[in-house]
Amino acid sequence: MMRIKEHPILDFTKERKIIRFTFNGQEVFGYEGDTIASALSALGVKQFSTSIKHKRPRGFYCAIGNCSSCHMIVDGVPNVKTCITLLKEGMKVETQTNKGVLYDLK
Amino acid sequence: MILNRDLVIIGAGPSGLCAAKMAAESGQKVLLIDRNPQLGGQLIKQTHMFFGSEKQYAKTRGIDIAKKLIDDVKNYPDLIEIWDNATVLGLYPDKVLTVLLGETYRKVQAQAIIVATGASEKVLAFENNDLPGIYGAGAVQTLMNVYGVKPGEKIVMVGSGNIGLIVSYQLMQAGVKVLAVIEAAPVIGGYKVHASKLQRLGVDIITSCTIKKALGQDKVESIITTRLNEKWEEIPGTEQEYDVDAVCIAVGLSPLTNLLAMLGCELKYISELGGLVPVLTNDYETTIEGVYACGDASSIEEASSAMVEGYIAGLTASKKLGKVHPDYDDLILDFRKQLEVLRSGPFGEKIRKGLAKLEGVRVGC
Repeated sequence: MMRIKEHPILDFTKERKIIRFTFNGQEVFGYEGDTIASALSALGVKQFSTSIKHKRPRGFYCAIGNCSSCHMIVDGVPNVKTCITLLKEGMKVETQTNKGVLYDLK
Repeated sequence: MILNRDLVIIGAGPSGLCAAKMAAESGQKVLLIDRNPQLGGQLIKQTHMFFGSEKQYAKTRGIDIAKKLIDDVKNYPDLIEIWDNATVLGLYPDKVLTVLLGETYRKVQAQAIIVATGASEKVLAFENNDLPGIYGAGAVQTLMNVYGVKPGEKIVMVGSGNIGLIVSYQLMQAGVKVLAVIEAAPVIGGYKVHASKLQRLGVDIITSCTIKKALGQDKVESIITTRLNEKWEEIPGTEQEYDVDAVCIAVGLSPLTNLLAMLGCELKYISELGGLVPVLTNDYETTIEGVYACGDASSIEEASSAMVEGYIAGLTASKKLGKVHPDYDDLILDFRKQLEVLRSGPFGEKIRKGLAKLEGVRVGC
């Protein structure tokens, strides 16, 4: 578990609501206030996508929604910037291995 | 449908928030746009106290400065409209913006625009530099200090500028082992006070040393470093391996000028300011009338300078739209003086040199 429990300045001990989601079909959870990326990181998941051509593993790099390294398929929508997208109950999160395909807009 | 707004500020970090505040004080309506779920930009992860003078909240932690600046902006609900979770996708001639607001696509016609988009972390070229677990130092700071998650258990920091040093210390506060801070230059880049704090905790800061490659299957498992000679060439036989589960890259920032470039604002490459930066007037107006830039988007400096630049741009852009702050002249004079002080001394030398290169347009601000 990668969650910080003790910290000299910040308080991470507050009780937070559990948010359930799936990662590549597996049921997992994070907490309210997490981004998708922080929830996955807390679970020890480092690989979020692969490079488009050579399929090299990719994790997030910038965590500010800029570098595109954290793109994943979320609820069927590709290229979601998981580092700035808040986790929501029941989200379906999948590793993205291509540049994304068109989806049906609801 | 196109929405009409007078002044649009892109980015609600230190600079954008300060610009919004000054605009509102001038009586100017503002639309403030940020792509993150929280306002505050990079301040929301900065648990360290700031230097500088009290005017820029010295001795206050970044996280508390963020709260203060956000409160300032929320004091003007009638004047400042806030869109968070909103990414500006493009800037077009005649000051039209396209924005992805949540999941809806919006078009906005602005009368003036302040671009306060900040900066992004630079990457470093080495073998396998794309392995998961290799992060920008700022990204790690966000993960730890905003979300309370450790990036790993054992880490090496690449770069000894202030970000590298501060984040190393904060990694230790979070309970992560920092095996070493390595620095390619022969001297430590950041303030001595930050370096000493680390050294007192037993962290080696190794100068003339860089990362040669990363190893690992699906994530980083170890790295090889090498020492450099005075010509910055690798010295064979000096390789050292570190077992790590994360690596932080802290080799500087680049201004986020994509939107300015899209609009056709003139940019110049000035390495001292972080790369491509907009050519600006004394009023922080770009070469396109009514389009302003401030903060790290205009040159990489400390957050303190970004705030002051934001104040100035907020005042000048509002004036352009016919809303003049009652204390305009005094404030402008004071802010310019503050910038001069922030950029004085040995650590401001690089900035002063960079700004001088920008054809003197901002020298003496």
